[in-house]
Amino acid sequence: MMDSRAASAVESVFREERGLLLASLVRRFGDLDLAEEVTAEAIEAALVRWPVHGVPPKPGAWLATTARRKAIDRLRRDTTYAARLAILQVEAERAAPAPTAAPGDDLPDERLLLFFTCGHPALPAEDRIALSLRCLAGLSTPEVARAFLVPVDTMAKRIVRAKKKIREARIPFRVPDPDERPERLAGVLQVIYSIFTEGYTASSGPDLQRLDLAEEAIRLARILHKLLPAEREVTGLLALMLLIHARRGARTGPDGRMVLLADQDRGRWDRTMIEDGLALVHVALAGGPAGPYGVQAAIAALHDEAADLTTTDWPQIVALYDVLLTLTPSPIVALNRAVAVAMRDGPQAGLRLIGELADEPWLRGHHPYHAARADLLSQLGRTAEAAAAYRRALELAGTEPERAHLRRRLSSLES
Amino acid sequence: MKYMLLINSAPADLAEDVPGTSFEDWQVYDKTVKNSGIFVAGHSLADLTTATTVRVDRDGQRTIATDGPFAETREVLGGYYVIDVPDLDAALDWAARCPGSRGGGSVVVRPVAEFEV
Repeated sequence: MMDSRAASAVESVFREERGLLLASLVRRFGDLDLAEEVTAEAIEAALVRWPVHGVPPKPGAWLATTARRKAIDRLRRDTTYAARLAILQVEAERAAPAPTAAPGDDLPDERLLLFFTCGHPALPAEDRIALSLRCLAGLSTPEVARAFLVPVDTMAKRIVRAKKKIREARIPFRVPDPDERPERLAGVLQVIYSIFTEGYTASSGPDLQRLDLAEEAIRLARILHKLLPAEREVTGLLALMLLIHARRGARTGPDGRMVLLADQDRGRWDRTMIEDGLALVHVALAGGPAGPYGVQAAIAALHDEAADLTTTDWPQIVALYDVLLTLTPSPIVALNRAVAVAMRDGPQAGLRLIGELADEPWLRGHHPYHAARADLLSQLGRTAEAAAAYRRALELAGTEPERAHLRRRLSSLES
Repeated sequence: MKYMLLINSAPADLAEDVPGTSFEDWQVYDKTVKNSGIFVAGHSLADLTTATTVRVDRDGQRTIATDGPFAETREVLGGYYVIDVPDLDAALDWAARCPGSRGGGSVVVRPVAEFEV
């Protein structure tokens, strides 16, 4: 009978160390499948041994040694496979000389390689997300499937497809050279932020928020921030997610209903998380022009610092959206800027800007566009037009709490 | 590891006259590929109007067709290289340096399948 304390120790070690262990095995053997298999076998061995002999003083090192031994055993048995890997290794060393191993007992942290491989632009966006959650966050395939509301079988196929492309097209396990680093890092950050936004507002389903995904994204960003402390956009992304996630307790009412920023009980915001985020924003904005994540974090910080909507520093927020528009011009940023302008100069000014965006094809199918327009129309007393815009938003909204919110707006307009 | 770079020229109506796509640029690229020790094979293909398609059905009946007249609006395979480089990143770099990837054209990078013997 498995001791439950030992079992949970194994579980938590597994969760914490899995990515670290996997990355070091990938670095050593250059093969993701082999690394995953022996990682799983080492965990199994721990499940058998630890309850009887006790948890070793360095569980991570024990797992690493066990996994490496199993990998070498496997390569001895399968010589064709070993020969193929040997060629891979020689070519990999030719491409990028191995760094000298870190001294001491600790595993050198090779997870940066995995971040760049899992976020490689040659993989489809959905595969990058799935692989990052599995290999770096340590989620199981069923967990990743549940997070994205797809059948386990579909997710398993997606992961197999991604690993096959890595193996057969030989996507390398390496950290990109400095000249290609900014572009590739942007791709990695995009993966993490996509995981977060999916958790923040699920694109479909009964619940507005899926906290598990948002927290996984923050965990991944924390790991990346530890690995690349000087990359200000990594700092900016972590800050942005913390500053938004800090409001999670106030975003939905007790019945799961959506609560807008204007009506949120700011006393329920997570002050500790806001403090963490604010400290990081200062770092992200210091020393040269900020990147898009740094600017977005600065906007989130202004909201988090304000006591309510009327005392929010809207002129500063509009100015930050102006900067963001020059860094990443997009209709969504323009829409958010228009809403901020409405707060600064009144609904008429905001509505004029929103009207200028009416021809953006992407915004026409985006329910926040219609909802924002409806809000401003209703503030101006143009009830019939507001109702039509709410109805359009209602047709397009993805989650039930969002639809319920729009229905309430619509009915208050009609009463 | 061998990769084939399939060079698709832009549709005539979308082709842009941009720097880096002149005949001289192609000569420089070709020379660089061949002098870098990665060249395995490569050809540029004659105009699409010279192409002929062969199909053989179940009964062994041969059909020969030309696809023409050719619309100006589609991408056309104009040539290829097979290169031997350590990994996909290196292959993508060579593809990005190819003049065929500019001016509305594209280069598709396909790993060459290796069968164990």
